[in-house]
Amino acid sequence: MRFVFKTHYDQDLGLFKHTQHRVCYALLGAIMVALPWLISDYLLGEFTLVLIWSIAGMGLMILIGQTGQASLGHAAFLAIGAYSVVLLQERAGLPFLLAFPLAGLISGVCGALIARPIAKLHGVYLAIATLALGILVEDIIVIAEAWTGGVGGLFAPDIDIFGHTFNKYINPADLYFLILGITVVLVLLYKNLLRSPLGRAFAAIRDSEVSAQAMGVEIAKTKSLSFALSAAYTGLAGALLGHFTGIFNNETFTIIMSINMLMMIVIGGVGSIHGAFFGAAVFVLLPTIIAFARDGLATLGLGNAVVIPGIEAGIFAAILIAFLLFEPLGIYGRWVKIRTWFELFPLARRDMFKRNQSFLKTERTR
Amino acid sequence: MSLLEVSDLTIRFGGLVAVDSVSFTVEPGETFALVGPNGAGKSTLFNLISRIYEPSSGSIRFKGEDLLTAHADQVAGLGIARTFQNIELFEHASVLQNLLVGRHTHRQYSFLSELLFLPRVREQERENRKAVENVIDFLDLQPYRNSLIAGLPYGVRKVVEMGRALALSPTLLLLDEPASGLSVEETNDVAFWIEDMKKLMGITVLMVEHDMSLVSAVSDRVLALADGKTIAVGSAKEVQSHPAVIEAYLGPDSLEVEA
Repeated sequence: MRFVFKTHYDQDLGLFKHTQHRVCYALLGAIMVALPWLISDYLLGEFTLVLIWSIAGMGLMILIGQTGQASLGHAAFLAIGAYSVVLLQERAGLPFLLAFPLAGLISGVCGALIARPIAKLHGVYLAIATLALGILVEDIIVIAEAWTGGVGGLFAPDIDIFGHTFNKYINPADLYFLILGITVVLVLLYKNLLRSPLGRAFAAIRDSEVSAQAMGVEIAKTKSLSFALSAAYTGLAGALLGHFTGIFNNETFTIIMSINMLMMIVIGGVGSIHGAFFGAAVFVLLPTIIAFARDGLATLGLGNAVVIPGIEAGIFAAILIAFLLFEPLGIYGRWVKIRTWFELFPLARRDMFKRNQSFLKTERTR
Repeated sequence: MSLLEVSDLTIRFGGLVAVDSVSFTVEPGETFALVGPNGAGKSTLFNLISRIYEPSSGSIRFKGEDLLTAHADQVAGLGIARTFQNIELFEHASVLQNLLVGRHTHRQYSFLSELLFLPRVREQERENRKAVENVIDFLDLQPYRNSLIAGLPYGVRKVVEMGRALALSPTLLLLDEPASGLSVEETNDVAFWIEDMKKLMGITVLMVEHDMSLVSAVSDRVLALADGKTIAVGSAKEVQSHPAVIEAYLGPDSLEVEA
């Protein structure tokens, strides 16, 4: 069993809790840096996509996991990010280095503007409002053909930074490192959010609005900020996704994508940064794993039995249902349990994570 | 000057007059208790002072200023902290984080500095932590510092909620039934804490409480409410023996039966 002896408040404020924690992340960092030399270009592309979806997942996580506000229309912000970054480069002639943060900013401002009227809603009503937003943006893409290219879509140019271009076919490792760098920066910002008063205000709103207000948290403003940050992260992910896929139109950012994002963070584990990454990994790599499994089964002579259309969606849905039933805290929740079991060995008990009694809460003043 | 002046405060929910032209003042440094049977309007009065409800008429002045111009989220910034009758803690956060939320009104920097976690934000966080640790020491919450609220027993939650209000460093503390659901020992602790808040921290306490032993032990003045109306004001002893209070609790004929 580990016992961290704390002698200074900074030990609780730091990014890492103890030496082992530091060593683990240093190892992870080393593996991530070495990855281009370890795996094929195809798999590296898949990992790049995992990182992009992790950013999107973190965006949704800020809203759902941290602030407790539902969203079923987050693909809208992916779209806003993707279209902004391309239009800013092609129409306004801005370099990627400016267009990329601006795309995030535009998406964030849109998030804040939308939050003002709808953040007063709770639960299922908020979910429906955001669903409407998702559908609206899909339609706007088609209507604003002059800008968005309508159903024909937009071509995203290669990312160009000071004359160095990043293309997923020509130099996948460079693109991977660029996106890895962006991801690391965004994770650090997210970690800072969690350890600062704003992050606590988000959690306060999630758990009890009435007492958050009594503690001086400005509900409307803080919710808007949460929407804005969430939308900004998602917008940045959208911008990268646009560049990564190279072409996109209204059908790229459908309601299905919003729901996929939601499933991603539920499977990964709502409320943690890890969850966004685990969820993205499952979401991106599962089709690949299924494809490999298919090939494997085919060589065993079982090919015909497993070539069923839509099997990915089916398996994905089955996994989601299994998680909701057996592990509502997702992969991260399961990981915490396994880790605790090892840390306490042999003292861990089976009911340690059983939900405790919860007491009546005041709903009357809402 | 009185710290809190409530005059002719009335609130109607449809035809029900929950608080009916109630007036009272709370002096700085005093412990003021509100008592009364269920449905008397005690908690409604609290919700009016913390601006969750809009009064139908009347006025509330805090430190001589009109409190009714403040929004519900600005009340804490003025120095009024409160607890809730049905504990309203942040369940999925640790005790420490809950108490730190109490420091929210003391944040000084924009969210951008917080996202970058600039050195001054770190310094502010250290200060917040110090303030919170003082509260933890005061309320003996050390064993629970890093426990999640969801796993804590009721009595501890009650104390944590009081701690969160104290972390705000308030001038006026509103305690909504601080002793409800607590054991005799825990209630005694609460009585000591309220005494110490007054003497050591100079906090004025306004509390709603049913436990008359606690009320008589700590309060300087007591106001009895029934059906939204003031029926008696005075020391705990005076109020307890006031005929109108006995009538409100025990029914109109009780005095004759007793005689």
